[in-house]
Amino acid sequence: MEEKVVNTSLEDQEFVLNMGPQHPSTHGVLRLLVTLKGETIQKVEPHIGYVHRGIEKMSESLAYPQIIHLTDRMDYLSAHINNEAVCLAVENALDVEVPERVKYIRTILAELTRIQSHQLWWATFGMDLGGLTCFFYGMRDREKILDIFEETCGGRMIVSYNTPGGLMYDIHPDFQKKVKAFITYFRKTLPEYDRLLTGNVIFRARSKQVGVMSGEDAISYGITGPSARASGLSCDVRKHQPYSAYDKVEFNEIIYHNGDTLDRYLARMDEMRESMNIIEQLIDNIPEGSHFTKMKPVIRLPEGEYYQKVETARGELGVYIISDGGKTPYRIKWRSPNFSNLWILDKISQGMKIADLIAIGGSLDLVIPDIDR
Amino acid sequence: MNNQQLENLVKRLSPEAEVAEGKQFLEVTVKPDALKTLALALKENGESSLDFLFCMTGVDYGEELGVVYHLRSTSYQHELVLKTRMANRDNPVIDTVGDIWKTALYHEDEIFDLLGIRFSGHPGLRRLFLEDDAGFPLRKDYVDEVNIVTK
Repeated sequence: MEEKVVNTSLEDQEFVLNMGPQHPSTHGVLRLLVTLKGETIQKVEPHIGYVHRGIEKMSESLAYPQIIHLTDRMDYLSAHINNEAVCLAVENALDVEVPERVKYIRTILAELTRIQSHQLWWATFGMDLGGLTCFFYGMRDREKILDIFEETCGGRMIVSYNTPGGLMYDIHPDFQKKVKAFITYFRKTLPEYDRLLTGNVIFRARSKQVGVMSGEDAISYGITGPSARASGLSCDVRKHQPYSAYDKVEFNEIIYHNGDTLDRYLARMDEMRESMNIIEQLIDNIPEGSHFTKMKPVIRLPEGEYYQKVETARGELGVYIISDGGKTPYRIKWRSPNFSNLWILDKISQGMKIADLIAIGGSLDLVIPDIDR
Repeated sequence: MNNQQLENLVKRLSPEAEVAEGKQFLEVTVKPDALKTLALALKENGESSLDFLFCMTGVDYGEELGVVYHLRSTSYQHELVLKTRMANRDNPVIDTVGDIWKTALYHEDEIFDLLGIRFSGHPGLRRLFLEDDAGFPLRKDYVDEVNIVTK
């Protein structure tokens, strides 16, 4: 057979580049098949399933309090909020009213979770774009929140602190003091983030008008969370269908309109400030009382269907439970924000350069175990 | 629109649809062959404008397989659930709604992977998570002697 010699310059050749599953910028085991022409992206095809654990199947043979421990392992950076989704679904199904104290503590912890998740995102996003210092700044501050979690919940990342009817145990006596100290501290250090990255000329050149997502695309692809709000889509569950104590606090839904990487970045930066505002409104007003409502030892949901949505750090997490009246769900479905957010990657990176893919992927803030479940 | 108005609209668009008021959502059940027409009408109609598919679930009901679509309107914030059921367990097929809501394409891949429901008109239906010979684990009659211990 005669060998065919390709004699064109690299810029004109079309070829496929395999990225991942072990690529540092995918933050987990995500494999992307990137079709390139020269350096320009033609198509991105995600291949997933490397951390598929069958959480939906497993949950069909587990009781509701047990399922909570699996939810931590989906979006491990929003562990507390994932727990809350199951708890709220079970409580609403059984018409259980949890004490005000529980609602306040859940909301504070959910917002702390959001801050630490965005801190880690900021740290790694900066690192992906070549700013190694960001990683140390982000991790330094995140440790302080994890210490608060450890003291109250026992765990640092995988907290499993919520339980149907309330909380596992009451908060640590130092909880309020430490949270207030953290807010004071972080109000001082957050401007450092801006000085380090937001105003950086190289960073802005690499993010402005890169990976533009239109509002229509965001709707059609089912995008939620800060990624959608950067494209002007109002979709904050905390605003539209408040749960826990979100109806008692005042905060702004962060909306940007350009839909590029820079706006997705700015949306998350502003969310950290809003989260601090929410915590400040609640931390001094935690009502006294019990930290749980007594539930039956075996929880059975009445026959029927239940849907609960919450706002995690990445968007709308939904849990859809079909119960046949037994102590385990007949079918449980997780509508995970990352699963929907992933597939826009192809659309918004077409025509961009391969190096931009790192920035775009980072700005979507994907957590792979949440995609695979 | 409130649920009553939505119900009237659905009845007008598809007289054969069964409409029931659930605990949270208005639940509309249609035959598989009527689903796509109704789905498109509900999105295109200016009054309902259900343009956001926020959850799509495949369910094994035992005798039948089903697909559940959770829809929302981003302009009016009302929500509605579309449901359909198929009796044919050996070769369940339903029309894709991927051309109405892009996100459906990938949820359909997932449902095909885990429940074996095929979607006609899908441009590249593929298994997302599992190997080709893995079977369909979310079906109730799925057997795995190694990993699932039944007491």
